[in-house]
Parts: sequence; structure tokens; C-alpha cells
Amino acid sequence: MTKVTLEVNGKKVSKEVPDHTLLSVFLRDNLNLTGTHVGCDTSQCGACVVHVNGKSIKSCSTLAADVEGSKVTTIEGLAKDGKLHPMQAAFKKTHGLQCGYCTPGMVMSAVDLLQTKKNPSDQEIREWLEGNICRCTGYQNIVAAVKEAATKM
Amino acid sequence: MKSFNYHAPKDVKDASKLASSSSAFLAGGMTTIPSMKLGLANYKDIIDIKKIKKLSGIKVSGKSVTIGATTKHVEVATSKDVKKAIPALAKLAGNIGDAQVRNRGTIGGSISNNDPSACYPSACMALNAVIHTNKRKIDAEKFFTGMFETALKSGELVEAVEFQIPEKADYQKHPNPASRYAIIGVFVAKHKKDVNVAVTGAKSCVYIDKDLSKKLSSSFSASALEGMDVKSSGMNSDMHASAEYRANLVSLYAKKAVEAC
Repeated sequence: MTKVTLEVNGKKVSKEVPDHTLLSVFLRDNLNLTGTHVGCDTSQCGACVVHVNGKSIKSCSTLAADVEGSKVTTIEGLAKDGKLHPMQAAFKKTHGLQCGYCTPGMVMSAVDLLQTKKNPSDQEIREWLEGNICRCTGYQNIVAAVKEAATKM
Repeated sequence: MKSFNYHAPKDVKDASKLASSSSAFLAGGMTTIPSMKLGLANYKDIIDIKKIKKLSGIKVSGKSVTIGATTKHVEVATSKDVKKAIPALAKLAGNIGDAQVRNRGTIGGSISNNDPSACYPSACMALNAVIHTNKRKIDAEKFFTGMFETALKSGELVEAVEFQIPEKADYQKHPNPASRYAIIGVFVAKHKKDVNVAVTGAKSCVYIDKDLSKKLSSSFSASALEGMDVKSSGMNSDMHASAEYRANLVSLYAKKAVEAC
């Protein structure tokens, strides 16, 4: 067992968990933050993407103990005062989702992109989202959502 | 995933002491953790080396670029020093996996795993890299010994990779569309005296194509490679590409790399 202390969505949390606990499991099972999804569990689909110290990573391939002391932001941490984050609002506006399973990871990944690149091209958006798989939309409206968000962020 | 004990030593000596036949060093974990989740690998002890400060960072001297083992792909891809000294290396790092993999994955992890389709081993071979471990220095050509096999002994840890700065270089990859691993990757490096053409993804382990290297050493141009036959014997054949297709890609991507130099 190991004690893991993190700042998750601005709140300090501390839990005693088995050493092999994945960050995705820690968030979902220990903190009940089930917005972080686990799709493939083989590190390819990107549904589990969260931010650790501001950078997007796959929480299903990261040990909770490994990020001890870090600041973690999940999809639940994006909306402020009941108002959707511009990226979430853009996904809603442009219909950038259908079943919604991949959406939390897509949104977290896309937010990270706009942090480093303010006005990415279609190509840059598609390349950045290579690690996020969507089986519904065909990606067109996801790209449109990121472009829309880029005008607001 | 089966349970294990997690350790995060602060120096190499302690990491080495913890190592045993049932342990693994953990850097970015982009292969180790999925492998454990799939039950392909199980360890009693996981030794996280990312808290060891001296293992991370990029240093450029006159003739070489030295990259610490736990330096992430994103750091190499965006490093001004690497972009200036060996732009092909920054380009290679910027095209590994996807953004989230590049935010975690490390050079030390990549070469220690020696996946036959990994990108970094080709750069090590073409850029006459020297692998610094906690025990010795190993030339790249002696480091990569076979499929997922290296010259590393139990408890031996990669500390840094020292690349020789070439006159010119380029890396061209035909990625698997899902995993972004190289179906074929060709790293061409022109040094003062000779040229190295390193190939990944084609066979069970990265290698130098001696014929292409020799030809380019005498005449460094894409046209010099016209009509050269890359043999498909010993090349991988799978659902993504036949051996013959891979052989054709090696020739094609070697030319593309030379043209981009």
C-alpha cells in the first residue's frame, strides 16, 4: 500500500491505495470521478486523458503513485460556476460528439493543444488528436469544435 | 494488473540495489504498464527512476548531443538545442506515438525496450550513439542485440544516450496508422567520413543497411540509390505489410530521407 496525495481539480486529496493502482482507477474508484473514461485499457483510445501539471497524459497508463504530489485536472474540473468550459461548449455547439464515450478524453486533449498552439490548423488538430479515438463522429465535427473553441479561448 | 511494490529511489545506486531478476525499471511506462496490464509481463518490484534528477536533461557539446534517460519525447522534440544540432532527432521524437505518449515516454525506456518498430534505435545506430549505463559505455551497434533484447545486464540502467552530431541527417517513417509505430523507419546520417542508413520496423531488430550506406558514402544523392535492390529476405511480413512491400519502402524512404537532408 502507498499513500497518494494529489491536488485534483483544485482540491487536495489523500488516499491509501495498493502500489499498482492506476491513476484512472484512483480517479474513478477512489474519488468517484467517473468522467474520466476507460475505453480500450491498452493505452490507445485516449478516453482516459487527464492533465497532470497542465499536460495531457493517459491516466490508464500511469500509476497513481508515480504522479504523487501533482496537480491533476479531470473533465469534472473544467466547468467553472456551472458554466461549461469553452471547449465543452464548442463540442456541444458543433455536435462534436454522438455517444459521448470518447468526449472527456477528446476535450482534455484538445484543451492541452490550445494551451500550446492558439490557432491550430485542421491538420495540426487531427495530428494532435491521433491518440484519441472516436467511433461515432468521423472526427469532422470534433475538428470543428476545436476550431470553434480556439476563437473563444 | 497483478500487484507489485512501487519504489521511487532518488539516486542510481539505490535503484541498482533494488533491482533483481523480478524487477523492472520504470521511466515513462508507455510500454511497461500496458504490458503488465495485458499480463505479458509481471514484476515483484517496479523501480521508478524518474525521481533521479541526473537522469533527465539535454546537453550539447561541440561534437555530441547527450540526452538523459528519463528525458521525455516532447522535451527532445521541442528542445532548441536539439533542433539546432540534430534537427532530424527532434523531428523523430516529435512523431513518436501520439501527444500523450510523447508527454510521458522517454528515450531511455524506448531504447531499453528495443521494440523492433521503435524510432529511437534507428537514430542511435545512424548517429553512432554511445549508450551510457551505470556500469559502462556501450556502442549502439553492440547495444541492440535482438527483438526486445539489448546488451543490458540485470540491474544495469541506461543513464544517457550520446549522439554524434552529423553533417546532415533525416528520418522518414511510414507509420502504422493506428499505433504510429514504424512499419518502416529509415534514419540517414551523413558524417564527415561516411554515411549511415539505419532501418527500423523491417526486421526483428534495428540494423544498418550496409549496401545503401556504402553507396551514399561514395555519392550522397537520391539518384545514387536508383536501381539498388533492397532484399526482402529476413524482413517482417504481417497484416500491415509484406516483406516485399517493406523492402520497397526501405529503398523509397532512404531516398526520401536523402532528399530531405
